[in-house]
Amino acid sequence: MVAIIDYKAGNITSVARALENIGQKYAITDDERKLKDASHIIFPGVGAAGEAMAYLRKKKLDNALKNCFSSGKPILGICLGTQIVMEHSEENDAECIGLITGSTRRFPERLTSGGEILKIPHMGWNSVNFKREHTVFAKINPEAEFYFVHSYYPAPSDMDVVLGTTDYGITFCSVLAFKNLVAMQFHPEKSGRPGLQILQNFCAWRGSA
Amino acid sequence: MLSKRIIPCLDVRAGKLTKGIKFKGNVDIGNPVEAARRYYEEGADEIVFYDITASSDKRDIMIDVVKRVAETIFIPFSVGGGIRNLEDMRKVIAAGAEKVSVNSAAVENPRIITDGAKAFGSQCVVLGMDVKKVAVSSKIPSGYEIVIEGGRKFTGIDALWWAKEAQKLGAGEICLNSIDADGTQDGYELNLTALISENVRIPVIASGGAGRPEHLADVLTAGKADAALIASMVHYKTYTIAGIKRFLTEREIKVRNIW
Repeated sequence: MVAIIDYKAGNITSVARALENIGQKYAITDDERKLKDASHIIFPGVGAAGEAMAYLRKKKLDNALKNCFSSGKPILGICLGTQIVMEHSEENDAECIGLITGSTRRFPERLTSGGEILKIPHMGWNSVNFKREHTVFAKINPEAEFYFVHSYYPAPSDMDVVLGTTDYGITFCSVLAFKNLVAMQFHPEKSGRPGLQILQNFCAWRGSA
Repeated sequence: MLSKRIIPCLDVRAGKLTKGIKFKGNVDIGNPVEAARRYYEEGADEIVFYDITASSDKRDIMIDVVKRVAETIFIPFSVGGGIRNLEDMRKVIAAGAEKVSVNSAAVENPRIITDGAKAFGSQCVVLGMDVKKVAVSSKIPSGYEIVIEGGRKFTGIDALWWAKEAQKLGAGEICLNSIDADGTQDGYELNLTALISENVRIPVIASGGAGRPEHLADVLTAGKADAALIASMVHYKTYTIAGIKRFLTEREIKVRNIW
């Protein structure tokens, strides 16, 4: 059973619909005990880091997630979920969960590419340059694009955890992989067939790259 | 780099796909769930649904359509039309839409933008703007005026001012529709699109007037649009999304080509 953590940060319906499509059983929960019983954990979310962290602490989900991580359970972070596995976020100056050292930063105010001023949020389809192979990204065409919508991005201090980068005025870390955690800034549940493939790969993953 | 988005727009009336010209004379042309699936398979980057159902008692049909679409396609989609308050927004988001588009309701009550952004995040709130070209005046310095109620009612609001204001209020994106160009298939209103897009920091989707792939190339370059809305071009199968994307790729406009 895959547990989708519901911490009142945005809409998790689309993650659930995507799992249904690939025939994966899931439970949507904000109960720390249910995370213990799950084989895999998906940590989605859109919204602001500060509010999300407050809710996670109230429900003791921050500690539950840390425990799941140390127990070796496969964890998938999506969007805000990816940002708040870092130690700190510039958004609301929030103390975060800290599964990965480093912080979540905001895109620079004046973001340009070839003389054009770029819009913020970074919204739409963009590609990922993968640094190495990973089971969760098996069978993914390197030219594939994924759906992004964000104004902040994770900036890990250890470059070894950067699995993929994306260019948008700057080159930022769009996919993190560290032990049994894989976390992506884009939305696999909204990224068409390659996105569904990633979810399917994750659900079959045992947690070691 | 970020790709330009191609977004088919589906007008839905009482659960059926429909298409009108200059907001009049609608004809039903199919099933919106099947059409959405076809566009998803063909490489649409996003889908927009507008509920143009006149009577409010039939509005719940749209929620059912949204639910079925959410089970069928795995790209973002937005729903607009008849969204009056937070509760309307909550309903379509809970049914599975990523974004909600507000238009007339935001003109009458701009707080809906702020409240929506607070409740669901800015990325959920699209400001739909219907715009008509008018004489430049002190009241309408840009020469473009916001119209509401399906293009029937002039508001006295300057389109450029409103776009900036909506950004301040928390809108995450603007869907900019030229009433003059809508349904004509003669091309997008490039001046209007560039004017708005260059003066806001949020993405702008150009809408109204697409008839040929060249029109999309124009609006995504000269028009500075981040995305282009299409309807008749693909509804009548004159073009496919894949074909349009091949054309844009040849013109060196970056679009998503693998799906």
